[in-house]
Amino acid sequence: MSLLLEARGLVGGYGDMTILHGCDITVERGRISVIVGANGAGKSTAMKIIFGLLPLRSGKLLFEGEDITGWTPQALVARGLGYVPQTANVFASLSVEENLEMGAFLAPRRVSEGLERVYGIFPDLGAKRRQAAGELSGGQRQMVAVGRALMMAPRLLMLDEPTAGLSPKVMGEIFDIILDVNRADVGVLMVEQNARQALQIADTGFVLASGRNLFTDSGRALLADAEVARSFLGGGA
Amino acid sequence: MDTADALNAAVYLFNKGILNAAKVGSIYALGAVGITLIFGILRFAHFAHGDMMTFGALVAFAGTVVLRHAGVNTEPLPTGLLALPLAAVVTVLLALAIDRSVYAHFRAQRSPPIVFVMASIGVTFVLQGIIRLLGGTGDRQLFLTVVDEGVRLREGKARFAFEFGWLREHVDGFAQNLVITMPQVMLFVFTAIALVTLHRFLSRTRLGKAMRAVSDNEELARTTGIDVGQVVRVTWLIGGTLAASAGLLLALDTQYKPDLAFNLLLPMFAAAIMGGVGQPFGAVAGAFVVALAETFAVFDWRVVLGYLAPGAVDTSASIALVPAEYKLAVPFVILVIVLIWRPTGLFRGRVL
Repeated sequence: MSLLLEARGLVGGYGDMTILHGCDITVERGRISVIVGANGAGKSTAMKIIFGLLPLRSGKLLFEGEDITGWTPQALVARGLGYVPQTANVFASLSVEENLEMGAFLAPRRVSEGLERVYGIFPDLGAKRRQAAGELSGGQRQMVAVGRALMMAPRLLMLDEPTAGLSPKVMGEIFDIILDVNRADVGVLMVEQNARQALQIADTGFVLASGRNLFTDSGRALLADAEVARSFLGGGA
Repeated sequence: MDTADALNAAVYLFNKGILNAAKVGSIYALGAVGITLIFGILRFAHFAHGDMMTFGALVAFAGTVVLRHAGVNTEPLPTGLLALPLAAVVTVLLALAIDRSVYAHFRAQRSPPIVFVMASIGVTFVLQGIIRLLGGTGDRQLFLTVVDEGVRLREGKARFAFEFGWLREHVDGFAQNLVITMPQVMLFVFTAIALVTLHRFLSRTRLGKAMRAVSDNEELARTTGIDVGQVVRVTWLIGGTLAASAGLLLALDTQYKPDLAFNLLLPMFAAAIMGGVGQPFGAVAGAFVVALAETFAVFDWRVVLGYLAPGAVDTSASIALVPAEYKLAVPFVILVIVLIWRPTGLFRGRVL
């Protein structure tokens, strides 16, 4: 399997504070990779560094074999990456449809095709296209945020804790949506607090601790690992 | 009180009160929209906005001088109107140059908002100096009289006086006129067209929506792939064009002076904050509220009361809520009231 994303030896953080001390993250083409770990392990930091939102102090980033180290978020979106931040991830004062249109800001000609595709994945959003995104429920907002990231038909979708703050039922819906998206050959890299559920759908799981890789294996193997279970999955498996 | 007195009072009140407030409100609106857009996108209070308006008027004055000396006279429209595109272009270029040389530096440094505000005050002083250096410290008329081969060619300010002939014939004692000048008509027409165009731009075009997106959440706009630099440039383009136009239209209505619009800064900020910072149409509403409050606070009721209650009032001194010298206190009081009781403004904007 060829690698879609290859991040090697990432070092970086906020300002002078180093949070990642050389960690590796990879996503295989059309597969799902999940980053789990305790609070402060550097999960979201890794996502932000990969997406060019935080400076990379050392390390290397490759996307489909091309060196994307130091690229801006805008260039990465044009290249085929989509990123959904954890919080404040919709333009609350814009309508649902305007939110989606902004996802294809870089390719205005792809707006109508993108809208059709996203409304196909999220029929609920089609019915609410004129409503302000800020008025939607948490789950629907998450759909808008994911939909916006899908407008450019990315080959890698990055999700930072997509189920944070959602009810278990909605959480399940979001996981289903992620699987749907993935079925269309879109690679997924996500950070998840609900490690157990996330690892169940993960082709590859990365367990981070203090900004370093602690375990890397298939999601299934990590779930079965007694040590991982004890330290990260909340008690006995 | 008879019909004639009531009509006289109504026409006078409309002419000197409402029409005046609408004129002042239009100028405030054109400035406040720019201030609120700049705040929404760039996240700082742009104190140099008043001087950008004055600068636009000065460029238009220079353009008018050249045009008039070339023998151009567009009466009944003011020749200065032909200089509007020039004024807008030069003002926008100046705004972009200032942005690139000053504000872009602080953006790259991710400086806190207070640094931007201080920088914009610095820019204000520099602009004031440049304006006086180029245009002198005196007042200047935009309706010029030029001498060509010994012949004085004067440009007049067109006026429209409505005398209500039918009413005059039928109502004995009705004597008021309604007078509106060409610059005022132009101001109303321009403001209406500009605001409708802006609304369409913000709600229907890709760049307009991107401006709203950046104003809503800049970080998210970046991760979405929106070109924030382009949005910043469009913001200066709109803000600069509206500022230069407002400066020119104000100078046509009155005259050019080096502190033409600096004194409008407080009412314009009051309007922007009242409307909710980052909400362009809130700023328009705020502008007209501030203008109405200001106009009627210092409105001299002598003539109106003279018609309505002849002999009952002492007409030897001005009868106004607030003495005219304290006009600037009105927007200040509005500003304080809004900040205390509703800091998000009428339309839920950002808190400064």
